[in-house]
Amino acid sequence: MNLTLKVWRQDGPHTGGRFETYQAADIKDEMSFLEMLDIVNERLIEDGREPIAFDSDCREGICGTCGLMVNGQAHGPQKGTATCQLHMRTFRDGDEITIEPWRAAAFPIMKDLIVDRSPLDAIVEAGGYINANTGAAPDANLIPIPKPVADSSMDAAACIGCGACVAACPNSAGQLFTSAKLNHLNLLPQGQAERWKRTEAMVERMEQFFGSCTNHGECQEACPKEISIDFIAYMNRDYIKAKIKNRKLQGQGFP
Amino acid sequence: MTATQEAPPLTPDITVAPVMKRPSKRLPFPLVYWQTAVGKKWIMALTGAALMGFVFFHAIGNLKMYMGEEDFNHYAEFLRDLLYPILPHTVALWLLRIGLIVAFGLHIAAAASLTRMNQKARPVRYQSRRDYLAANYASRTMRVSGIIVGLFLLFHLADLTWGVGFINSEFERGEAFANVTYSLDRIGVAAIYIVANIALGIHLFHGAWSMFQSLGVNNPRYNGARRAFAAGFAVLVAGMNISFPIAVLTGVVG
Repeated sequence: MNLTLKVWRQDGPHTGGRFETYQAADIKDEMSFLEMLDIVNERLIEDGREPIAFDSDCREGICGTCGLMVNGQAHGPQKGTATCQLHMRTFRDGDEITIEPWRAAAFPIMKDLIVDRSPLDAIVEAGGYINANTGAAPDANLIPIPKPVADSSMDAAACIGCGACVAACPNSAGQLFTSAKLNHLNLLPQGQAERWKRTEAMVERMEQFFGSCTNHGECQEACPKEISIDFIAYMNRDYIKAKIKNRKLQGQGFP
Repeated sequence: MTATQEAPPLTPDITVAPVMKRPSKRLPFPLVYWQTAVGKKWIMALTGAALMGFVFFHAIGNLKMYMGEEDFNHYAEFLRDLLYPILPHTVALWLLRIGLIVAFGLHIAAAASLTRMNQKARPVRYQSRRDYLAANYASRTMRVSGIIVGLFLLFHLADLTWGVGFINSEFERGEAFANVTYSLDRIGVAAIYIVANIALGIHLFHGAWSMFQSLGVNNPRYNGARRAFAAGFAVLVAGMNISFPIAVLTGVVG
């Protein structure tokens, strides 16, 4: 199939950018979106032009490195799919595809389609450690965990940290990411000792970089791991509790 | 000691500078919620719930219009005598009014400050057209519908509470039924009431659902009911309110 690409090109973090149009001819249905860009780049290099810079790593949807705004949707039109797993069969011959990088104050553009997502690491960093006994590996199932808890925690832990939730959010809020990172630990018995400290620290670190949630629900539609906004509600609940619990833990009691 | 749990300082691996300034001094316990966005959303949800209670009972009270002049004026007088003789005349009413003013003030102040935060979070917009999947008309126009309802509130007070001359020249204190029927019999005023209440309905449709999410009232078993509640509440309140100008214009009332 033959496609027309409108790609955001930007030389560096502090320069202006613009859309440039490229023709992608002879693209096969079974190619992934990133393979299609590879082909376009090879042809650009052959012509002695600068290839389009974009991030990618595992290309099997589990690392969270890729991420493009495709036709105004984070990770493109297919639900529950990262850009690398988006196949060209979702497009039709002759389509015009607009490709833009994630946009948020916390995600400055480095070059073309590459953004710096280190604020997501800053949130995880603020969470700190969890207590775990060292020594020989404990027996499996030593700590009983109810099945629904394990499932829910696993759903949250599916987050690959790609930043699509921030990109899709009309407010650039980082709530889905933060709530996923918080809840995969907060739900489990192993995560309890530092639960309240972690909740307060991570939410407040998030608020240094990102906007505020207005419950549009765009993030869960964009999420390649289909993480639910239910986790945002759990986080909101835990954060208010954390303010009280942390005072209690310091012997200050309530109120 | 007022601090509870500070996040550790940023490490050099974080190559992006913070976008928002965190307050340097923490306020004492309940006030600390005002210093964070999640806390402000709680305040918006709680004040929103209080305001929902108000619009609901306000509309229910106004249904007395259909029972005639005597019942309607009697109800208006009853509101002034609420809890009398435990409290003197109009004291209970004023306590409720003060509560409403505080709720409106906090709701608007939180909305304004969170809007500024959200604008700072994405200074450069997407240059291509966004394709929204979940955000609906109501959720994306909360600010507009909120401002319309706020301005209408001032108009409504000037019209039927304060009786400002150029808006309602026939206003007579204590004659609630005559005031409302005179006012709504003017086609322009009736149109303002109808448009503003459509905006209120749209605002409630997102707000009444969003409230549960902000408060963390979430249980997969009942989550479907939250949307249904919001839709039902919005239609009920807006429907009751819109029926009044229509009833007066068509002569059913007055």
